[in-house]
Amino acid sequence: MNKPLPEDPMMQDLIKMARRHQLTRRAALATAGGTAAALALAACAPTGSKTLTPAKDVSATDPSLIWSNWSLYIDVDDKGNYPTLQKFKAETGITVEYREDYDDNDSYFGKVKDQLALGQDIGADLTCPTQWMAARWINLGYVQTFDNANLPNKKNLQPAYLGASYDPKRDLSLPYQGILAGLAYNKRAYKEATGKDAPETLEDLWNPALKGRVGVLSEMRDTIGLILMANGIKIGEESSLTEAAFMDAIDFFASKVTDGQVSKIKGNSYKEDLVNGDTIAAIAWSGDIVQLNAEAGEEIFGFVLPTSGATISADCFVIPMGATHKANAEKLMNFYYDPTNAATLAAYVNYITPVMGAKEEAMKIDPILAENQLIFPSEATLSVCQSFRALTNAEDMAFTAAFQNIKLGA
Amino acid sequence: MAFAAFGSATPAKTSGPVKSGGRVALFLLLPGLAYLAAFFLTPLISLIVTSLQVPSVSGGYGTYDYALAIGNYWDVIASYYPQILRSFGFALVATVFALLISYPLAYFIGVTARRWPLLQGLMLTLVIAPFFISFLLRTFAWKQLFSNESWIVTTLQSLHVLSPDQYLVGTPFMVIFGLTYNFIPFMTLPLYTSLERLDIRLLEAGADLYATPAKIFRKITLPITMPGIISGTLLTFIPIAGDYVNASGDFLGGTGTAMIGNVVESKYLVQNNYPAASALSVLLMGAILLLVTFYVRRSGTEDLL
Repeated sequence: MNKPLPEDPMMQDLIKMARRHQLTRRAALATAGGTAAALALAACAPTGSKTLTPAKDVSATDPSLIWSNWSLYIDVDDKGNYPTLQKFKAETGITVEYREDYDDNDSYFGKVKDQLALGQDIGADLTCPTQWMAARWINLGYVQTFDNANLPNKKNLQPAYLGASYDPKRDLSLPYQGILAGLAYNKRAYKEATGKDAPETLEDLWNPALKGRVGVLSEMRDTIGLILMANGIKIGEESSLTEAAFMDAIDFFASKVTDGQVSKIKGNSYKEDLVNGDTIAAIAWSGDIVQLNAEAGEEIFGFVLPTSGATISADCFVIPMGATHKANAEKLMNFYYDPTNAATLAAYVNYITPVMGAKEEAMKIDPILAENQLIFPSEATLSVCQSFRALTNAEDMAFTAAFQNIKLGA
Repeated sequence: MAFAAFGSATPAKTSGPVKSGGRVALFLLLPGLAYLAAFFLTPLISLIVTSLQVPSVSGGYGTYDYALAIGNYWDVIASYYPQILRSFGFALVATVFALLISYPLAYFIGVTARRWPLLQGLMLTLVIAPFFISFLLRTFAWKQLFSNESWIVTTLQSLHVLSPDQYLVGTPFMVIFGLTYNFIPFMTLPLYTSLERLDIRLLEAGADLYATPAKIFRKITLPITMPGIISGTLLTFIPIAGDYVNASGDFLGGTGTAMIGNVVESKYLVQNNYPAASALSVLLMGAILLLVTFYVRRSGTEDLL
């Protein structure tokens, strides 16, 4: 720190003046630095919406592919290998680096958004956002158009998936698996706590006996979707799912979080809470539960579609603009659109397969499997399922903020 | 008259050598200044500029236009003041706990164990050893140890310390526990360095003058080790106030424990609301700067830092 100034007033003046001199120099430097920084910033600022161009495809010379996907979403054998990917490699010679780093649509988007906007490589040639997020990527021009010549098996796509407003012919996004969100529960603990065998409607999650042991998904469209449907709202219709209806559901949900009924709001990691027993009943994705049981080796968990309504959606393959292995990615998609491979995958992941003919193939592998309503749902099963309608940007931001604020306790 | 010449805008000849010396100094300073401009000033300006943006009218989801929306600051304060206050509350409590645990530990290592250098080295290693494992993993391990069905929780419930529907993960207790645990080394090491230099003869002199052990501690040990306490508390308090791992719902926290870091994370990564995230970050920085300045002034240790 500063030494005390000398007694002599002349010396004091001199020192003060010298200090002032120094200060102006420092100020000048700071101004110069600030200006330079501001200029640098201006140079970096986005220059509005420019059209992105696909990255150069090096598939021909580099037989590899990075696929970023959700956890519990592919077949795994006892050694931790992925049999379908091994088969794919045997058939095509392409090595797939499989990553389970897609935990939540919003957070994944937040992570890669800046690279996407610049058309840069996001570290994945292929990824599987949920359809509403895939729609956002498509609308922002972040994905490459498929070369249908590489996708002969695309003819096997269930026609129900065609005609989506954001991609009517599925030239930019191809469903990987259909997903149902319903209720998962720990069979033994649920019976002990409530005396009932299984939850039937969403109302059962609000049973006081489950206080603090209820989990929900951090996927707004699933969690609030289920609450909205329990309130009698048709979540696919603009006239029914209004902002007021949504905010009612948000208020209801907030009250359940505040009073401690709901203790966990999570992405794909909700499965850890089910496994370690923190959660007894949860809003969950259908296939995960079957896989958790398979890992545990016994039927610990159950899954039901609540009669009050379940959500149906799909995760779609997309190839980001910056991906450098497009042709390889297309070969992989084509591989999974082969009914035999689709049936093998469905038999393991237990999600709804979008591939026609897979049910017939599944019949050959395991007839009981082909009757599984969560993989090959009948009309009756689908009657309780609704799909969340598309939101405008303004709605999306307002709804997401309201939902996230509950998570933050604000 | 010479003074006037010195102070004027165009310096007289006498200031020639001073100026050239300034040039050399400036030249030597350049790398440092460039570094500061590139990695401190630019991000800071960018942060402040972003904090004043407004949502773009025409652009896609999560795009913003430059503006001067000071209102962003009021909005985030109005919406998130409980999280802001909670951050500083948690930071204060965790820092105090860390100090209470670390001081005796550092005293033992730095003073009592002086006779056994090997033990001293071993204990210091033990303090640092947890760093060999990622702190995320360690925090996650605590989460598993204190999970609802863990033996710790079930034992506490059977002893009626916790009621049957009370759990630990997601409570403020758990978050403060995690924060204290994770930052104890940052408190212990500075304390150790100042205690290690403590001259025992001063304590003996105090005893010779009939001071009680408590008085010796209060009048001699504590003032001498104040620099260690100050740097230890700063090294823990500042990062804790901005921590978002422990309070996150994925680790030890729950919906009622969100700290300012969790809000920033959600705003930035999940909601793509960059202006709100930036405004909160600027507020956090400002608040920490104010608190630290006040703290250092009050403790009268400016020269020690």
